[in-house]
Amino acid sequence: MPSISRGEVEHLARLARLAVTEDEVDRFAAQLDQIVQAVAQVGQVADQDIPPTSHAVPLTNVFRRDDVRPGLSQQQAVAAAPAAEDGRFRVPRILGEEA
Amino acid sequence: MSELTRLDAADLAARIQAREVSAVEVTQAHLDRIAAVDATVHAFLHVDTERALDAAKAVDDDVAAGRPAVSPLAGVPLALKDVLAMQGAPTTCGSKVLEHWQPPYDATVTRRLREAGVVILGKTNMDEFAMGSSTENSAFGVTRNPWDLDRIPGGSGGGSAAALAAFEAPLAIGTDTGGSIRQPGAVTGTVGVKPTYGTVSRFGLVAFSSSLDQAGPCARTVLDAALLHEVIAGHDPLDSTSIDAPVPPVVAAAREGATGDLTGVRVGVVTEFAGDGYQPGVSAAFEAAVAQLRELGAEIVEVSCPSFDLALPAYYLIAPSEASSNLARFDAMRYGLRVGDDGERSAEEVMSLTRAAGFGAEVKRRIMLGTYALSAGYYDAYYGSAQKVRTLIMRDFEAAFGRVDVLVSPTTPTTAFRIGERVDDPMAMYRADLCTIPSNLAGNAALSVPCGLSGDDGLPVGLQIMSPALQDHRGYRVAAAYEVARDAAQGGSLITRVPELEVV
Amino acid sequence: MTTTVALMDYADVIARFDPVLGLEVHVELSTNTKMFCGCPTVFGGEPNTQVCPTCLGLPGSLPVVNEIAVESAIRIGLALNCEIAEWCRFARKNYFYPDMPKNFQTSQYDEPIAFDGWLDVTLDDGEVVRVQVERAHMEEDTGKSLHVGGATGRIHGADYSLLDYNRAGVPLIEIVTKPITGTGERAPEVARAYVATLRDLLKALDVSDVRMDQGSLRCDANVSLMEKDAPEFGTRTETKNVNSLRSVERAVRYEMTRQAALLADGGSILQETRHFEEASGTTRGGRRKETSEDYRYFPEPDLVPIAPSRDWVERLRTTLPEMPAARRKRIQEEWSLTDLELRDLVNAGAVDLVAATVDAGASAAEARSWWVSYLSQQANNRSVELGELPITAGQVARVIALVADGSLTNKLAREVVDGVLAGEGEPDEVVDRRGLKVVSDDSALYAAVDEALAAQPDVAEKIRDGKVAAAGAIVGAVMKATKGQADAKRVRELILERCGG
Ligand SMILES: [Mg+2]
Ligand SMILES: [Zn+2]
Repeated sequence: MPSISRGEVEHLARLARLAVTEDEVDRFAAQLDQIVQAVAQVGQVADQDIPPTSHAVPLTNVFRRDDVRPGLSQQQAVAAAPAAEDGRFRVPRILGEEA
Repeated sequence: MSELTRLDAADLAARIQAREVSAVEVTQAHLDRIAAVDATVHAFLHVDTERALDAAKAVDDDVAAGRPAVSPLAGVPLALKDVLAMQGAPTTCGSKVLEHWQPPYDATVTRRLREAGVVILGKTNMDEFAMGSSTENSAFGVTRNPWDLDRIPGGSGGGSAAALAAFEAPLAIGTDTGGSIRQPGAVTGTVGVKPTYGTVSRFGLVAFSSSLDQAGPCARTVLDAALLHEVIAGHDPLDSTSIDAPVPPVVAAAREGATGDLTGVRVGVVTEFAGDGYQPGVSAAFEAAVAQLRELGAEIVEVSCPSFDLALPAYYLIAPSEASSNLARFDAMRYGLRVGDDGERSAEEVMSLTRAAGFGAEVKRRIMLGTYALSAGYYDAYYGSAQKVRTLIMRDFEAAFGRVDVLVSPTTPTTAFRIGERVDDPMAMYRADLCTIPSNLAGNAALSVPCGLSGDDGLPVGLQIMSPALQDHRGYRVAAAYEVARDAAQGGSLITRVPELEVV
Repeated sequence: MTTTVALMDYADVIARFDPVLGLEVHVELSTNTKMFCGCPTVFGGEPNTQVCPTCLGLPGSLPVVNEIAVESAIRIGLALNCEIAEWCRFARKNYFYPDMPKNFQTSQYDEPIAFDGWLDVTLDDGEVVRVQVERAHMEEDTGKSLHVGGATGRIHGADYSLLDYNRAGVPLIEIVTKPITGTGERAPEVARAYVATLRDLLKALDVSDVRMDQGSLRCDANVSLMEKDAPEFGTRTETKNVNSLRSVERAVRYEMTRQAALLADGGSILQETRHFEEASGTTRGGRRKETSEDYRYFPEPDLVPIAPSRDWVERLRTTLPEMPAARRKRIQEEWSLTDLELRDLVNAGAVDLVAATVDAGASAAEARSWWVSYLSQQANNRSVELGELPITAGQVARVIALVADGSLTNKLAREVVDGVLAGEGEPDEVVDRRGLKVVSDDSALYAAVDEALAAQPDVAEKIRDGKVAAAGAIVGAVMKATKGQADAKRVRELILERCGG
């Protein structure tokens, strides 16, 4: 298995929205490398024709009726917000386009 | 110490109904005990004194009015792991990111406890977001093992297990993603049960790894665990993975087991979970327990489950992957911690700074690992393969349960290790869950029941009993039978041998 | 913006390049509740009043799938001639954005509920283009952000943003076409017609409000150009914020001319998301976000798979309405319309309204005439869609009936319609209140006729002498006296009768 580069760690940290220091990049690279080496043995089944299991319990078609249920009040909704204004969550400026 | 705190839950409930003692007195005795020893043990993150007494009073009012008990545990105090939402109390998951956060709703487990008249004393300490095997990863300090204050109480539910062993509560709730109920149970000499996945609602359980997480009962006796199990289990339409089936008859099974006869029960010993890496005292206690089961009439066979060797690596791909996604919501926008918002920084920068400041090292490590494992190009080799391993493990269980009724193993390879001993060695830490993980991956039932003290260090050892999905009662029957035989052989309950804590 | 963007003349674009389109349409379902929780989906509520732990992404909350949303997805898939999956799952699409409470979107990835379909699109001149549909899948909408400070609420330069999650979790169906090739210069028109046809189809299915102006129907247009005879597609851009049918056409056309100029100049196209600017009709590049490889999709562990039984699917197939195209064909025959008449009807957006008016008892010719001419004019004057006029098909049918039985003249009928549009009530109420009924009560008319004859004795005399043509002056006087509410023909009869006829 290839070792994990600093660049890769930085990319992962950005995807995960984790600000990392230079030191942390090195530390993560080393630790991830160690863990990935240790868990990579699962790859031995990668080519085998085995159905993957994502749910231990084989349920299907669990649905809810389309009936309105009471939710939270506006006050409850924003009660824990770090900042709120006029019943809306106030957040730092957003860069870029809407997704 | 008030005698009331030494009693088990079934006994307390009976005495409350018989008006020998009031629920308020019982609750107060436990609150007093918490006040006396929790500065040392640090099992609790939050003690909900007033509402606990109110809940106890409501049970006393019922008794006074001659109303029938709302459940067999009405009036019994309980310690709730801080990963379950409880309206009006902080729910922190042991994380700075959620410090002081109060959910505007109750988890289904919390609601069921309240409706059963169970008195919730407070919220217990845990590894941050349930990631860990020692409770050292809590942002709010370590919890100490009442058997030896220099040692870990297991994790992630170390607070719940320690609260039981310190007689701060007769009942507790834990959650088990890779062993977080059973391993703390094993190292604190208490009973911990991971029910079949889908039988206890996850609604309101702050997700670590959604396909593995399951809440379950923690207690000092098998019967108490069963009574609590029946209170919290059952179908919940708010959880899509909840199974719409009757709760397995675990209380009846515990009572049946207590008669001490296991004739005709086939017990499989998992051959993979022995040998190198198993502390000699743990192996000896386990072998003695197996011998005891044979004496009770069980038929003992060795069973090989070869894929179990891949369980740990598969788990350390699946759980971090799901966690990396589940924990994305902690972004400083709607609730919880926000740092670095100086009016200039963008939302993205504030998110990154907050998550860097709010998450501890282990959580960050797993988020990074999960982000990596799910990445394009690695998905098939890692996450995809881990899900195939999951299939193999389920097949191993299926084959095994074709031959035996239950499988047994040590719950964890070693007894409680020293605080700090493994913090810098993630892989060593992860091995604490070696034996418990297969049942999380396969979703079947498993429990840990104390099986004596290790000869090498005098610390508790756990016997793990695994049952097929929805056959949770099998494990209870075997555990209850073993518990009776163990106490008879050892001249009393194991938990009474926990050293007396210094009262402050 | 100070930079000017080079554009190529459209004819030159077509001479040199072949456009390739890919259209992604997001449609908000008009279910009572959201995709995964019981919060209402009503548009326009006070901020954060239609939220719960689940759609706010609170720790511990869990999703449960709305059965009607799944049914709608299957019906849409069937209407688009898709296969319906026997087994499919939701997946998590992971990326951070403040309008997304969980920082992942619960969507479908490699297992959509519907796939491999097509939709026939009729262009203005009657040419039919078959658009292949790759997939239709279920997902959830995001919340809405309001950008405060900086330039006029735009995202760029804003000081901070305010978030409302009422829309977060509203069920969306994303319908994705396969690459649409070979449409040449008509590509922009095809794009518009596809979205219009899809809109009509979704409306007929009654699964969505399909209001582009309110965002319940949104189109992202992928456009690329390839040199004539090039072996593979060029690099595409994805234009978002295309909020009307007209914008779809303009956005595609603009991108074609922009990309062509770049390519002709030896430049290359950046694969990016662009933003359509309604005012200028141009597109603007956005900040580059995660690329699609970075979404880290994996099966949603909080939900179980959906395995629609074939029984269920077939039962849903029986609930499909007549498809708009088939319906148009039938209507053309039933109402004996020429192609041109049908096209006018379609272009006026009047098919449904006319049909409903016919259903309410009116003749097809009358109904068509009212909607296509007078009411279209009124809609134009008010700058609204025909369907948004405050008059119902039933009301129009009633007016037509009143004309047919002689209660109203055509002129009066238009006044009645004006009254209804002005909110004065039902047609009969307007007739009463405005006193518009044709006077056909002979006794009232006799009095008016007698009065007019008495006022003009010389004219009366001429009529009595057999000069019937002179009656016109008396008719005019009677009509004036009755404010035009008398039936002129009847008045004339009465005059002749009074004058000894
Ligand atoms: Mg989408
Ligand atoms: Zn909601």
